[in-house]
Amino acid sequence: MTQQAGPGIPAGPARPLSERRPLGDRTFQVIALAAGLMVLVILVLIAFSTTQQALPWFKAEGWGIFGKTWNPATQQFGALSFIYGTAVTSAIALIMAVPVSVGIALLLTEVVPYRRARPIVYVIDLLAVVPSVVWGLWGILVFVPWIAKIYAHIASGVAGIPVLDDLFGSPTSGASFFTAGIILAFMITPIVTSLSREVIATVPAIDKEGAYALGATRLEMIQGAVWPHSKGGIVGAVLLGLGRAMGETIAAALVIGSSATITSHLFAPGDSMPAVIANQFPEASGTFRAALIGLGVLLFVFTIIINVIARTIVGRAAEQGSA
Amino acid sequence: MVTTTGEQLNLREAKGWRRTKNRIATVLMVVAFVLVVIPLVFVLITVVARGIKIISWQFLTAQIPPSVAPADVGGIGPAIVGTFQIVGLATVMAVPLGILGAIYLNEYGGRGPLARLIGFMADVMTGVPSIVMGLFIFSIWVLRFQFSGFAGALALGCLMLPVVIRSTDEMLKLVPNPLREGSYALGATKARVTMTVVLPAAVGGIVSGALLAIARAAGETAPLLFTILTVTAVNRNPFSGPNTSIPSQIFVNATSPYPGAQDRAWGAALTLIVIAFVLMLAARFITARFTRYSR
Repeated sequence: MTQQAGPGIPAGPARPLSERRPLGDRTFQVIALAAGLMVLVILVLIAFSTTQQALPWFKAEGWGIFGKTWNPATQQFGALSFIYGTAVTSAIALIMAVPVSVGIALLLTEVVPYRRARPIVYVIDLLAVVPSVVWGLWGILVFVPWIAKIYAHIASGVAGIPVLDDLFGSPTSGASFFTAGIILAFMITPIVTSLSREVIATVPAIDKEGAYALGATRLEMIQGAVWPHSKGGIVGAVLLGLGRAMGETIAAALVIGSSATITSHLFAPGDSMPAVIANQFPEASGTFRAALIGLGVLLFVFTIIINVIARTIVGRAAEQGSA
Repeated sequence: MVTTTGEQLNLREAKGWRRTKNRIATVLMVVAFVLVVIPLVFVLITVVARGIKIISWQFLTAQIPPSVAPADVGGIGPAIVGTFQIVGLATVMAVPLGILGAIYLNEYGGRGPLARLIGFMADVMTGVPSIVMGLFIFSIWVLRFQFSGFAGALALGCLMLPVVIRSTDEMLKLVPNPLREGSYALGATKARVTMTVVLPAAVGGIVSGALLAIARAAGETAPLLFTILTVTAVNRNPFSGPNTSIPSQIFVNATSPYPGAQDRAWGAALTLIVIAFVLMLAARFITARFTRYSR
């Protein structure tokens, strides 16, 4: 595996013959290395500098940082309701975006011929280019007023039914966990789609042809040949989508309703970690500001863990495909 | 003579429930695509329809009025100037650094552990939420110095860097090895081979990757919230004093109850989307026209 010279790696014999390399050549190598190391330097600096600014919060609250109450007026800064909001909105976004994204990825790789696939790819790219703040603007001025009526209808429909009433019953609000989840779903669909597509594209043609040769329909071929080969990679793609959904700020800040509550009611206003940072930072100082930066530290830690796991899975899946 | 009697064998397509299931699956895939198209079309139509009403030369150049002002007063001139300053500075910092980083990964590091670590962490870094980058620059720069367009550019640059490294790395991988070997055979040094042979061979893909990174950065709001604030008059000096940007203005105006401010938000949104689309189309054009090696 390591002996194999990939397309981009100069093989042994391609090295310059002279051992005494000119100063300019060595300088260039050092500059390139320094540029590459910037990635590691920045990541370490992020962790260090934000943690330093958040220390007053960590010191003041201890494990209370995971407390339920967030009230700047009484200097209580428990982050649980925001962690809950981030988890709920991300979960809603994933439940909606993942089947759709995998469906489009299969459509692009297995159904539509290559030429016809390009317009579909353009549409997905367009979706990725719409900035977060434009989703937020559309969300708060167009989508929220429209969907508020639908929520009210659903809430009156499920009133009194045991579980459904707890999830979809009143109180309802156009700006809510569920609305934020929907908008986040639109925003993470492009990345989950394109990564799933990359993973599915590595399924060996011989596996697919074998399935067809046994008389499988396309669906059976997907179940038997594509799915076993690419499920790991798709899990990685979904985790990357989760990372995006957790960190998405501006759109969520505009449509989530900005209310630090923990409730099972999905149509009720809530708040998430990035949204509360964006909304409350301008008026914050002292421990309040330290707490908001601390939320950023927690967010950084969560997303780094998820991304490391996801990239490891995707990387392994891609290596499997090329081997 | 042996002939199949009774019903004729049809090898083309399965029958009955299997066929129906297959059809249902195909239909569901198409439905998935339609589900994505609907909101996209809605957003684009709303932004264009409501933005086009307000956009004029005056809107693009005038100072930012107070929120209560009606739609035909003032514009977003300072925000456009600010966006160009900030994104320009971020590009000048992140793109050369990103290309050099990718050169290290691909030309020097190879499959060594350090290069693999840097490449992996660059991937991970693309997943760092943009608001965390804003908090980072606030902690490390703004608290020591001041709010400025440059601080915003630092935050956007941090977001762009891993994206540029990754897209450039992909492009450098596509440059065929015999090109390098031929240059070494002529006695060129590695730096020279990289600068005069490898980079020119990959320039189309590198530029279009950089343009896509710029398009994404231009739409970012969260990292600018705590690094540039907002202002209502043009700040010509990006290194000193608060500044503003198109996305920041949209964010401020979106929560305003005044119809004039909301109209200006739609106009700014249309401007932002047009800028992003132009960059994306330029990237596509360059990919189609100047790419020598592709997958």
